[in-house]
Amino acid sequence: MIDKRITSVEEAVADVFDGATVMIGGFGEAGSPIELIHALIDQGATNLTVVNNNTGSGEVGLAALIMAGRVSKMICSYPRTANSTVFPELYRSGRISLDLVPQGTLAERIRAGGAGIPAFFTATSVGTPLEDGKERRTFGEGDFVLEHGLTSDFALIKCKKADYHGNLVFNKTARNFAPVMATAAGITIVQTAEVVTPGELDPECIVTPGIFVDRIVTIDSPALESELVARGVSYP
Amino acid sequence: MTDARRIGLSRDEMAQRAALDIPDGSYVNLGIGIPEKVAAHVPEGREVIYHTENGLLGMGPSPAEGMGDPELINAGKQRVSAVQGASFFHHADSFVMIRGGHIDLCVLGALQVAQNGDLANWSTGAPDAIPAVGGAMDLVAGVKTIYVITQHTTKSGEPKLVESCTYPLTSPGVVDRIYTDLAVIDVTDDGFQVVELSPQVEFEYVRERTAGELLPTPDVAPEVT
Repeated sequence: MIDKRITSVEEAVADVFDGATVMIGGFGEAGSPIELIHALIDQGATNLTVVNNNTGSGEVGLAALIMAGRVSKMICSYPRTANSTVFPELYRSGRISLDLVPQGTLAERIRAGGAGIPAFFTATSVGTPLEDGKERRTFGEGDFVLEHGLTSDFALIKCKKADYHGNLVFNKTARNFAPVMATAAGITIVQTAEVVTPGELDPECIVTPGIFVDRIVTIDSPALESELVARGVSYP
Repeated sequence: MTDARRIGLSRDEMAQRAALDIPDGSYVNLGIGIPEKVAAHVPEGREVIYHTENGLLGMGPSPAEGMGDPELINAGKQRVSAVQGASFFHHADSFVMIRGGHIDLCVLGALQVAQNGDLANWSTGAPDAIPAVGGAMDLVAGVKTIYVITQHTTKSGEPKLVESCTYPLTSPGVVDRIYTDLAVIDVTDDGFQVVELSPQVEFEYVRERTAGELLPTPDVAPEVT
């Protein structure tokens, strides 16, 4: 019997430990698993390394997790977003560290991590400050830098519909990093707007196969980050 | 040189001019800012498919203010639409398109372009700046043709076309062509080559506002239509 449903977000994130690396899906608010992030804030785990493309906006979701002082290091490509003040303040005062990774390299590092590939070479960042300290090698006509696969202890992602085996489909550009993060995390925790019985999703259309998913929580009407920010909500 | 904006093309006209050079059938990625405007100006009769690196091929125009889906956005996190025949995909696949050389053309903004084609567009390197690179380094490393759209000078009148970049590079030697308010300029082995001057703009005026080697057009500049 395989049934990955968990009844509450609290239970879903209960074992996230201090010092864990957590991948969090989303590109801006699209795909941000805001209820899972808020549950993680309530749960209290600290000294986290978080992998996300951005650093959140306003004082909700990822920005709230950072504001609560739970994140010691961000691995991201673009820590500047409209309404993003939490990360810049902590960064400038030296209370959070940043590993800045080009967006495609970040996606590929996660993909490689999930595929059991420890490292790969890419042309991205050759001849720039982001190449510093990395091995460079020539293949054919071009120069390439060595980048390492990235894995994590947990992934928190959001999807539109899941079956209880963990097969997932997403909504438009909310898909972004979620499918690769699901492959690279030890434990992948999904919030879904709807959960169905296996067989109801067309196997041809499943984006993330259930093998990459460990826990599913139903959040039938997830909050929208931009709406919370517009209302001036500060979590908790 | 604070009068640099009195003549030359508007932001929209710069985008319109760049759009003239996008071949029919191209797969194109547009950067944030003025490049986003290019999509609105593709000449009649051409089909161009826009890629946005957050997972959409077949990006269409933005919906009216307050409309659209907050989970259907572009790389600048603005709400957009998906055209007929569009597809969604995850980030690693999206950057396979970019890094694997499948995107034909990219139009980006710039802080500085050097006469050897070096591009700086992600950081001023200021000590208190929050560095943010996004997909810029991937795009210039993987896309075949790189166009830049930028004002010819900064707001304070400093040249953005320079002998060599003082800001941290996005990538060395990648820019093919630059569209500014004053001119269309190719990056060549001999330096910046003016392809076309904007209406009412003299070559000398452009040269005074360019820090690198600027070569005049071999022929009379055609009118921008």
